[in-house]
Amino acid sequence: MDWEAFKLSLLLAACTAGVLMPLGLILARWLAFHRFPGRGVIEALVMAPLVLPPTVLGFYLLTAMGGNSSLGKLWIAIFGHPLAFSFEGLVVASLIFNLPFAVQPMQRAFEALPPDVREAAWVSGLSPWRTFWRIEAPLAWPGLLSALALTFTHTMGEFGVVLMVGGSIPGETRTLALAIYDRVQAFDTQGAQLMSATLLAFSIGAILIANGLTARVGRRHG
Amino acid sequence: MSIVRRSVLSAAIGGVVISLGAASLMAAERAPTIAAASDLSAALPEVAAAFQARTGRQVRLTFGSSGNFTQQILNGAPYEVFLSADEAYVETLRKAGRTEGSGALYGTGRIGIFAPTGSSVRADAALTGLATALRAGQVSKVAIANPDHAPYGRAAREALQKTGLWDALQGKLILGENVSQATQFAINGGAQAGIIPLSLALTAPVKAAGVFVLIPADRHGPLRQRGVLIRGAGTTAKAFHAFLQGREARTILTRHGFTVPGAR
Repeated sequence: MDWEAFKLSLLLAACTAGVLMPLGLILARWLAFHRFPGRGVIEALVMAPLVLPPTVLGFYLLTAMGGNSSLGKLWIAIFGHPLAFSFEGLVVASLIFNLPFAVQPMQRAFEALPPDVREAAWVSGLSPWRTFWRIEAPLAWPGLLSALALTFTHTMGEFGVVLMVGGSIPGETRTLALAIYDRVQAFDTQGAQLMSATLLAFSIGAILIANGLTARVGRRHG
Repeated sequence: MSIVRRSVLSAAIGGVVISLGAASLMAAERAPTIAAASDLSAALPEVAAAFQARTGRQVRLTFGSSGNFTQQILNGAPYEVFLSADEAYVETLRKAGRTEGSGALYGTGRIGIFAPTGSSVRADAALTGLATALRAGQVSKVAIANPDHAPYGRAAREALQKTGLWDALQGKLILGENVSQATQFAINGGAQAGIIPLSLALTAPVKAAGVFVLIPADRHGPLRQRGVLIRGAGTTAKAFHAFLQGREARTILTRHGFTVPGAR
C-alpha cells in the first residue's frame, strides 16, 4: 500500500474542495439567480469537463501550464519550476475538471428555492448576508453537501488529467489512482488490488455519508 | 449580495493561498526524480537501493515510455535524470537545450517473443511459430509497445517487418502505452503472443506465465539505451548518473538482461 500516494490524494482532494467550494458557490448562486445573455454559454463551459475526454483537458492544461507557455514562464520566473508536473499544477487542473461536480448540485439546489422565500426575507429586513446564512444555506444544504462529496471523491479518483499534467512523481504528483496504474505496470497485482479496494471503500463510504447527511437534513427541513 | 460575494471570495482567495503555501512547503528539498524507460522497471529499483546503501542518498523513480518523457521534459517536467530506451530521444532533448551534455550509454536491450501458457503460438527465435499460427488463423491478438513513441515497440515492428509478418498482423496488434503495459497484455490480456523486452521477461510474474525466446539482435535496430542529466540536475542526481556507469550498477543491469558497455 502506497500511503504516500494516498496522503497526496487526500491532500489534493482537500485543497480542491477547499478552494472550489466557495468559488463554486458564488458561481452556482449567480447562475441560479440571474438571467443574462450568454448564460447558456457559461453553463456549457462549466459542464464541459464532464463530457470532454481527460486527454483533451490534459492536453490543454499541459500546454497552458508547461514551461513553454506564458503562464508557465511566469510561474518559472516566480517559483523556479513550471506549474505543470507540480502539486500546485495538479490543484489548478483539479479545480477545472471538478467545476461541474461542484457547481451543478449547488446551482440546482439554489434554483429549487422558492423565490418568495428570499423575497420574504428581504421584506423582513434581513441583510443579504443573513438571508444567505439563515434562509438560503439551510435550504440548499443537501446540494452543497453533495457538491462537496462529489468534488472530493472525484478528485481522489481522477486519472487521465493527473497523468498528463502531473508526470507521476512520487510524493509530488503520484496520486493513489496513478500509484495503482504504476503497480499494475510493475506486475504487482497484490499491491494494485489492495489500493483499488481502499479507493473503492473510501469512495463508497464518502458517498454513503454524504447521502445519509443529506437525508437527515432533508427530514429536518421537510 | 455583494457582501456575500465579497466574503466568500476572500475565503476562496485565502484557501488558494493556504493550499499553494502548503504545496510549496511540500516541494522543498526533495530527492531527485529519475524518469526511466519502462523496461527498467525491474532493474532500476535495485540500482536505486544499491545507490542508497552506498551513498545514503535517495532518488525517486518514475517509469513510462521514453517518447512521453521526452514530451514532458520539453514541457519543463522537473526530472533530473532521464534514462531513455534509445538514443534518439536523448538527442532530441540535447538539441532543445534541455540536457547537460549528451549523456552516456548504460545498456543495450534485447527483445523476444513471449507466448503465454496454453497459447496457440509456439515461441521461437525465427518467429516461425507465430507465422504458422497466423496462417492457421489461430491468432487474434499480439501485444507490442506503441511503435510511435516506445523504442521497444519500434524494435518489435522492425523485427515483425523483417520476418514479413507485419502486414499479416494488421488489425491484430494491441499496443501498450509502454513496454510494461504491452507485457501486461501479453501475460494476462488475452493475447496469444507479445514482443517484449528481455529485462521484463526475466521477472518472476512473466516467467511464471509462459515461454520467452530471444529474437536475434540483427532483426531490429539496436536498443542502445542512453541516460542523460537534465539541465539543472542537482548533486544527488549527478551522483546517481555516475553510479549507473559503475561496476555495481552494471552487475545489476546485466543480471536483468542488459548488455552493458564494454561487456560484449
